[in-house]
Amino acid sequence: MPSLKDVKNKIVGVKKTAQITKAMNMVASAKLRGAQEKMEAFRPYTSKFNEAMSNLSGGSNTDSFPLMESRDVKTVEMIVITSDRGLCGSFNSNIIKLAEKKMREYEAEGKEVSFVCVGKKGNQILRKTGKVRKAYVDIMASFQMFNAREVATDVSENFLNGNADKVEVLFGEFRSVAVQAPVAKDFLPVQPVESEEETTEKISGEYIYEPSTEEIMDVMQPLYLNVMIYHAMLEVGASEHAARMTAMDNATNACKDIIENLTIVYNKARQAAITAELMDIVGGAEALK
Amino acid sequence: MAQQIALEVVTPSGAVVNEDVDIVNAPGYGGDFGVLANHAPFLSTIKIGILSYETGKKREYLMISGGFCEVSNNKITFLVESAEFGNQIDVDRAMKAKERAEKRLAKADAHDDSVNVARAEAALKRAIARLKASKVN
Repeated sequence: MPSLKDVKNKIVGVKKTAQITKAMNMVASAKLRGAQEKMEAFRPYTSKFNEAMSNLSGGSNTDSFPLMESRDVKTVEMIVITSDRGLCGSFNSNIIKLAEKKMREYEAEGKEVSFVCVGKKGNQILRKTGKVRKAYVDIMASFQMFNAREVATDVSENFLNGNADKVEVLFGEFRSVAVQAPVAKDFLPVQPVESEEETTEKISGEYIYEPSTEEIMDVMQPLYLNVMIYHAMLEVGASEHAARMTAMDNATNACKDIIENLTIVYNKARQAAITAELMDIVGGAEALK
Repeated sequence: MAQQIALEVVTPSGAVVNEDVDIVNAPGYGGDFGVLANHAPFLSTIKIGILSYETGKKREYLMISGGFCEVSNNKITFLVESAEFGNQIDVDRAMKAKERAEKRLAKADAHDDSVNVARAEAALKRAIARLKASKVN
C-alpha cells in the first residue's frame, strides 16, 4: 500500500502535467488558425498559377525542357517535410515511416536513394540511414517563400546535374483538423499540368507571349517548384498543429483518468489509515478496562 | 468615363490589390509596358521593379518582386512573390538591406566565394525598387 503522502504528491504532479498539456492544446489551436489562414491566403495564388501553367503547357513541346526530361531512373531523391517539434502524436513518424518504406522499395529495385530533409524531426531519424544529402532545420516555425525557393533551387540543380533522376516530395497532407495523412507526390521531372477547365483551352492559342513560351517556361517551372514546396510546407505546418491539438487533448484526458484512479487509491489509503487508528484507540481503551 | 480594366495583384500571402483601374504600368521581361482596357490576351514574366496604376487622377505605386502577369478577358493578374505599397515600405530597413547587399557584392568582386552573387544581386534590386517606390508616393 503506497503511503498517503506519495499518492498525494503523484496526484499533484499529474494535475500539473494536465495543466501543461491543456495549455499546449490551446496554443496549438491558436497556431492552427494562423496556419490555416496562411493556407487560405495562398490558395488564390496557386489556383491562378496552375491556370496559367496549363495555358502555357498546352501549346508547347514538353520534351525540350531540362526540368521535364524523364530519364531512366537510377537514383531517387525524396524531399521529406516534417515539423521541427515533436509532441504531436504519430504525425512525424508516419511521414518518416512512409519515407523508409519507399526507400526499401526503391532499393529493392536496385535504385539509389537520397533524402533532403525539411524540418528537424525527419532529419533526426533519417540521418541514421546516412542518406541525407541536405537538411533544412528550424525553419518550420515561420517560413517564407524564400525558404521554399532555397529548397527547390537546390533540388532542381541536383536533378539537372544528373545526380537524381526522379524527385519525390513527402509531407503530411492536411485533410481536416482530425485527419492528416502522409503523402508522396512526384516533384521532378515536372509533369505537364492538366487543365481542369475546358474554357481555358480556348483562349490559350491567342496569347501574346513575352518573351517566347520557352523562355517563360524557363522562369515558370522553377517558380512552379517553389510553389509546390511552399504548399507542402504550409500543409505540414497546419497538420502539425492539428496533430498536436489531438495529441494534447488525448493527453489531457489520460491525465484526468489517472487523477480519478489515484484519487480512489488515495481515499482507500486514507480510509485504511483511519480504520487502523480507530482500532488502535479501541484496542487501547479495551486494555485500560 | 474611360473604360477600365480589372487589376489583381496576388502574392503567396494573399491578394494585395483587387480593383478596376484605367491603366497599369509594369516592369516586364523586355522592358516596361502599359496595359489599357480590352488588351489582347498576354502573358509576360515580371522583373523586380515598380508597378503603378492609375484610377481617375490618382496614381498608386507598388514595389513588386519577380513573377509573371497574365492579361485575359479585360483582366490583368500579377502573380508575384511580394508586393508592397510605397507608403508601407520601411525605408530604413530597405536602406540597410541595400547596404548589406552592396557589401556582399563588393566581397564577391574581391573573389570571396562564400557570397551567393545571384542572391545578393536580387536583394540589391529589391532594396532599390523599395526605395524608389517609397519615394514616388
